[in-house]
Amino acid sequence: MLLPFFQWCETVWLGRFVVESNWLFPLIESIHLLALALLGGSILVVDMRLVGLGLKGREIKEIAREARPYMNAALIGMVVTGVPLFLSEPIKCYYSPAFWVKMWTLAIALIYTYTIRTKTVRMELVRNTARRHLLVGALSIALWFTVASAGRWIGFS
Amino acid sequence: MSLLAFCEWLAATEGSIALHESLYMYPLVESAHVLALCLFVGLAIVLDLRLLNKLLRGVPVSQVADRLLPWTVSGFIVMVITGLLLFYAIPVRTYQSVWFRAKVIFLILAGLNVFIFHSGIYKRVTGWDMDERTPWPARRAAIASLILWAAIIVCGRFIAYNWFDCDIQPQPAFVNWFAGCVVPPIQ
Repeated sequence: MLLPFFQWCETVWLGRFVVESNWLFPLIESIHLLALALLGGSILVVDMRLVGLGLKGREIKEIAREARPYMNAALIGMVVTGVPLFLSEPIKCYYSPAFWVKMWTLAIALIYTYTIRTKTVRMELVRNTARRHLLVGALSIALWFTVASAGRWIGFS
Repeated sequence: MSLLAFCEWLAATEGSIALHESLYMYPLVESAHVLALCLFVGLAIVLDLRLLNKLLRGVPVSQVADRLLPWTVSGFIVMVITGLLLFYAIPVRTYQSVWFRAKVIFLILAGLNVFIFHSGIYKRVTGWDMDERTPWPARRAAIASLILWAAIIVCGRFIAYNWFDCDIQPQPAFVNWFAGCVVPPIQ
């Protein structure tokens, strides 16, 4: 059903531009990786605190508030570089299971991060929050690691 | 035995061939390398940004370092193990890659930067733990770290591309020299 859309994507000039260059794809891919490192740091520092590791003894709210602009910036960087990478090979992506795993987990991870996770990190500390924090942090790590691994796997198929 | 001869010997070992030809092991190792990068470089960036007073200003530098460095170190250990395995899978081509060689140089510089930071300004961290403006040697270390790890990531990613491979000739003289290509003399 989506194949015609992917076929249309293949005609978009940005993708053609990337394909025609020897350097552009690797270069954009590298920036994608740099943004991934920043995303990893800004998400992990909060998630680790949620599961009770890393910056213990500091308020989760404080860490999350500080990390948030970097997470947002990194996500924007990922999308801005990810779109031309995709446009350079949409048909390959369409037939790649890894691509679909990545897109679905990415959608879930994004919604999860900006709803449940955001709400949780802003929660006032009351009794019995430890287990919820643990769960929310662990799920976030699992989701984002799946996105990253599936993303890497697109390159192997 | 020269390093090239050693790499050639390594490439002929059973393990190297198995890893190189495996359908899943090589991608798995590579994925682990990328996931460890999120942990290692990600948390290194957090500390660097703290040193530049751009993140977690309310938390003492020593606290950020104490709490995060064990994780940074664990991430680094996974990076090194998976990195060595990736090299082991493709020894000769990697050894003769300009990107790999540049990466090694940047890695040495990054190591030096860590050493200078920890044996210098960080020893006196109690004196500037919460300063509005962290001392210049600390900021310098943070900037160097950000630039070097970015360069290392880019070089690492570029190893996969064959623009400057020894078996693609002619290459500029500098490339052949830097990559250590063994080029037969032109007849």
